[in-house]
Amino acid sequence: MPLKGRIEVNEAYCKGCELCVPACPQDVIRLASEHLTAKGYHPAELFAEGCTGCAVCAVVCPEAAITVYRENTKARVAV
Amino acid sequence: MARELWKGNEAVAEAAVRAGLQAYFGYPITPQTELLEYLSWRMPELGRPFVQAESELGAINMVYGAACTGVRVMTSSSSPGISLMLEGMSYIAGTEVPMVLVDVMRGGPGLGNIAPAQADYNQIVHGGGHGDYYPIVLAPASVQESIDLTVLAFDLAEKYRSIGVVLTDGSLGQMMEPAEMPAMKPLKQVYPNWATTGEPGRERRLLSSINLNPPEQEKTNIRLALRWQQVQANEVRFKGYYLDDARFVVVGFGSSGRVALSAVRTARAEGIPVGLLRPITVKPFPEQVLDELSKQVDGMLVVEMNAGQMLEDVRLATRSRIPVEFYGRMGGVVPLPDEVLTEIHTLVHGPRTTQGHPRDRWLARLARNN
Amino acid sequence: MAIPSIENEQMVYQRPESFTDVSTHYCPGCTHGVAHRLVAEVIDEMGLRERTIGVASVGCSVFAYNYFDCDFVQSPHGRAPAMATGIKRVLPDRVVFTYQGDGDLASIGMGEITHAAARGENITVIFINNANYGMTGGQMAPTTLPGMKTTTSPNGRDVEVQGYPIRVSELLSTLEGASYIVRRSLHDPKNIRQAKKAIRMAFEVQMRGLGFSMVELLSSCPTNWGLTPQEALQFVEEKMVSFYPLNDFKVHPAIAQIKI
Repeated sequence: MPLKGRIEVNEAYCKGCELCVPACPQDVIRLASEHLTAKGYHPAELFAEGCTGCAVCAVVCPEAAITVYRENTKARVAV
Repeated sequence: MARELWKGNEAVAEAAVRAGLQAYFGYPITPQTELLEYLSWRMPELGRPFVQAESELGAINMVYGAACTGVRVMTSSSSPGISLMLEGMSYIAGTEVPMVLVDVMRGGPGLGNIAPAQADYNQIVHGGGHGDYYPIVLAPASVQESIDLTVLAFDLAEKYRSIGVVLTDGSLGQMMEPAEMPAMKPLKQVYPNWATTGEPGRERRLLSSINLNPPEQEKTNIRLALRWQQVQANEVRFKGYYLDDARFVVVGFGSSGRVALSAVRTARAEGIPVGLLRPITVKPFPEQVLDELSKQVDGMLVVEMNAGQMLEDVRLATRSRIPVEFYGRMGGVVPLPDEVLTEIHTLVHGPRTTQGHPRDRWLARLARNN
Repeated sequence: MAIPSIENEQMVYQRPESFTDVSTHYCPGCTHGVAHRLVAEVIDEMGLRERTIGVASVGCSVFAYNYFDCDFVQSPHGRAPAMATGIKRVLPDRVVFTYQGDGDLASIGMGEITHAAARGENITVIFINNANYGMTGGQMAPTTLPGMKTTTSPNGRDVEVQGYPIRVSELLSTLEGASYIVRRSLHDPKNIRQAKKAIRMAFEVQMRGLGFSMVELLSSCPTNWGLTPQEALQFVEEKMVSFYPLNDFKVHPAIAQIKI
């Protein structure tokens, strides 16, 4: 079973360029259509479960807007 | 220190070393190449950086980089090369980092020739590059003065976070005269608090001449203007000869001032009450002393190796109170004392006028004589 | 949608410390941001922040000094390698890098970059190649591809009258003084990772005093190319990589010893 992951997109930096959307291998990122950042961009957001914390979105992000979290494997093995 | 025979260009180079020069970046151009060549062995001998750059563009920008670290840094060139450096000079002035520039002037415009001239006056004293700034410009007339003013240039450049220029010409660069070198100054240990030196334990520093916001740029310009007021108030230097009872004054800087001195001495021996005012700083220009002299004398003669550049500053300073005549040789021709003596006679024996422009009368005399 | 936290989560990626807390002025999707991020990551990983002096150039990245948390100076157009030379020669134990676009480096700056490389100056150059003059609105650059439309080659670059593009990495690799000259691309995650390795290696080359290093990065310019960010990356992949091959053009033998 893949690890669980999570991203936080910092709206101060995200410009809604959408490069993270096709980059995500799990297809769980999209631009928030209802929401605008202070600069008027639609920021990226997770919209479904399935993020594995692979951080490919962060690799392509030109703004370093994404912080990536991943389940700690050691903790899981311990369980 | 004993007096030794020094060639002008090499004397300036060694003087800079003694003044604590920490890095030199230059490029060959006649008639100053000896300065570069001298430092090419002298700097490595002392473990200090020396680079012959790919062009004057490279050299001035290397100077810019080094100046941002707060070290004492210099470059040298001659008229066409100085033109190439003007962009860099404007950036350096806009960033307010100090540097020393040696301009060994030659005949022009364009490629011209390698003979001595003074035709960079306008370019240099008005800043050279684009924008509102002035460099401090020192004009020696002997090898000893070249040494002393090079040392002074570093001190003034640092004091005012400005460009210090040593303005000489091909003859001063090439001549050999006995001169005394100052003692070797130790290298700087303490660096200014604006220098980008990549050091731990402090906030990062930025040095840039960019001010996209016009009011911010204006603040910089005001700061530069106020600083220039300080320079004008404190740093004017000149030498006066036989001025106390003078009825006529010859004004000349650098080599032409030196040639004029010979003519003035001869005229004095003939009984003519003439003196010489030789600016040491052509920027800041010694306006005040000329203003005062213009209330005392019946006429002035400006002698330069150009078509009348400092002439305009003399006319401004003397406010059309008295006749100001002009004698110039251009294109690398150096005037001889006899020629200047003839001009002194013409000035003294009249007629004199404050009407018209002295350049026109000079050109007419040149046409008659040739 | 609110995504719940994970039990026992660890942070695996965050914005590098050396990337300042400032939103950049670059267009959305511009790979300048990726390049900046990679350089900042490398500076963090190597612990170089407090001994680095960056040289900003002129182009879209003119304000690079706002985005890196280290000492920075600003050079005139094209002159960054000369400024970097001046700094590195007087402070040889600091890390000095330039960050230049193709207009700055390959046009007006051709003299300065060639000679800095020829002299083997121990500096690192990050060279962003997006085949146009971005900052001034998309004019033809020395790196514009044949047939490529720009505002000054409106019918496509005509090699008969406008000449051929310059492959800078290949050109500089002929110089003995150059130690590490490589070209990478920023068009997809795999290439971005390889670009980061190259940037890391370039800084390692400098740290070890091994000479001049340059990483040319094929980059996109969505705004001036008139493409979406994703389409622009596709243009890099489909059109630029074939003209500007990704390769190691010069690798000094001593570099083989470096294990990162």
